Amino acid sequence: MDFSLSEKQKMLKNITRKFAEEFLVPVAKESDAKQELDETAFKKMQEMNYFGACLPEEYGGAGLQNDTIGFSIVVEEISRADAAWGITIAVHNGVAAYPIYKFGTEDQKQNFLEDLAKGNKVGAFCLTEANAGSDAGGVQLTAVKDGDEYILNGTKIFATSGGIAKTLLVVAKTGEKDSRRQMTVFIVDGDTPGYSVGVKEDKLGVRASNTSELVFEEVRVPQENILGNLGEGFKMAMKILDFGRIGIAAQCVGLGQAALEASVKYSNERVQFGKPIGRFQGIQWKIADMACAVESARLFTYKAAYLHDNGEDFGMASSMAKLVASEAAMQAAHGAVQIHGGYGLMKAYPVERYFRDAKMGEIYEGTSEIQRLVIASNLLRKGA
Amino acid sequence: MCVKQVPGVSEVRIDPKTNTLVREGVLSIINPNDRNALELALILKEEHKVEVIALSMGPPQAEEVLREALAMGIDKAILLSDKAFAGADTLATSHTLALAIKKVLKEFDSEENYLIICGAQAVDGDTGQVPPELAEELGIPQITYVQNLLLSEDKIIVERKFRATEIVVIETKLPALISVLIDINKPRYPSMAGIMKAYEKANVIYFDSMALNADSSKIGLNGSMTEVKKIFFPERKVNPIMLEGSTEEVVRKLCQYLKDDKIF
Repeated sequence: MDFSLSEKQKMLKNITRKFAEEFLVPVAKESDAKQELDETAFKKMQEMNYFGACLPEEYGGAGLQNDTIGFSIVVEEISRADAAWGITIAVHNGVAAYPIYKFGTEDQKQNFLEDLAKGNKVGAFCLTEANAGSDAGGVQLTAVKDGDEYILNGTKIFATSGGIAKTLLVVAKTGEKDSRRQMTVFIVDGDTPGYSVGVKEDKLGVRASNTSELVFEEVRVPQENILGNLGEGFKMAMKILDFGRIGIAAQCVGLGQAALEASVKYSNERVQFGKPIGRFQGIQWKIADMACAVESARLFTYKAAYLHDNGEDFGMASSMAKLVASEAAMQAAHGAVQIHGGYGLMKAYPVERYFRDAKMGEIYEGTSEIQRLVIASNLLRKGA
Repeated sequence: MCVKQVPGVSEVRIDPKTNTLVREGVLSIINPNDRNALELALILKEEHKVEVIALSMGPPQAEEVLREALAMGIDKAILLSDKAFAGADTLATSHTLALAIKKVLKEFDSEENYLIICGAQAVDGDTGQVPPELAEELGIPQITYVQNLLLSEDKIIVERKFRATEIVVIETKLPALISVLIDINKPRYPSMAGIMKAYEKANVIYFDSMALNADSSKIGLNGSMTEVKKIFFPERKVNPIMLEGSTEEVVRKLCQYLKDDKIF
């Protein structure tokens, strides 16, 4: 057992941190207010290959497809600067680009991966509907066969990056009976006629990350765009999310780290009752608890990534990582605001943004409750 | 181009007992000025399809900075590493670098047409002596403190910083050596793909003193003309007072201090 990062991973961390401090930190507050990713930062992120992190070089990617710890480190460092960028990169790679690479046909890879790798097209994963949230089997969007094509009708909501995405993985119902066995994942090009972006959500946190309603009206998708097999979409969606959760966990680790660092800095600077507040035990205990939470989240995340990279079963581990990390980020952000007192509530300090961003993590990509369900059902099925 | 691994400046400490730099646990970085040299080399590579080779001398850990240079996009990385090179001053260093450069030039059969790019000075030693000494060793023209460069076939036209505000424009034929200033460009970050390639597809080539056929009296400590007698923090003789407040208040307080101290 070895906890040290490889030289390569150290450089990924070091470079991403420096890059993010230079290009993401200065615009994070403004992006949050504008509810938009900064354009210059977007171009820089493209140049740095972050959109192609999990894709091999042959498709224009950075080549981290077998180094999920490296990928986690990258997402963590991006999120430490701006969690909205963190979720954008985690989702784009984890539940759009990587699944096409992992489960797609060679034609699908040739058609879609290069644009995703370069960030010329952003990817989105579209599962959630008004009546299909935690109950993912309740998907109502239909895909009906018509010759060599499928015609998609329905509406997806809360799709991360939905409004800016041009390559969509859409979970649709392809049969009537037992819905879980009648679902299929389609790769839909965002320029297909009949597809449109509906309402852009105005949300609590990670506001610079686009969250939108997506409308499908008679959208014709060629049958060769089915990802995996017809009727196996539910299983496919779950597999995609298994991997995606590692990225979300990493995003939460980075956010928690940012909250912790801000708290340590402030505790050393802020003087009350004649000494820096960090000299008071009440603050010290908070900081220690925050640090423990963030560090355990990091270890859970790297462990899930390690299992993935070694070809082992990692579904439960990624649920644990996502659960622990999102709750750690919330705890750290909560502590950070409390330590900052009145200033913590003000926009002048970033911790109020961390607080809003952190709450998102406990809900999206499977709520904390759903993670507990996945973990418990795994244990009850296979034994602890 | 030449690159040096240096300790991150903000982290440098000196062991008060031994008067030497504490290296343990200190993050090592590419000398900031050398990043500009790297960036310039990479721009020339993109514009003129030239081959860029980075050269460094140091212990095996210095491989890290060469990996970063590879990640940024250079073609080849060579590390001069040997216990016999240790303790070198600028003279012994430039002699060793020159041996390696001659060896590489022979292999590439390009003894006529090459450009050596160095950072003007390193943040640790801060002498700025290696680039000029290296040019002398190689017997080629040198232009130091370059802040702009134009390469056209077999010659370069450079802007050299002269005194505080003046610029001298110099043209010279290749081969030549230049040392560049920090404001010549803004070094790029290595991309993710670059980092992956640097670790998985590229190699750092090692040269030791045997490979260079080096004369042991001209390298390392033996070849060094200078000797460090002592290294120390300048002693703080007065306790500075920081004045706070508006400009007006601060000036008033300052005048009062000066009057009290009978300076005027």
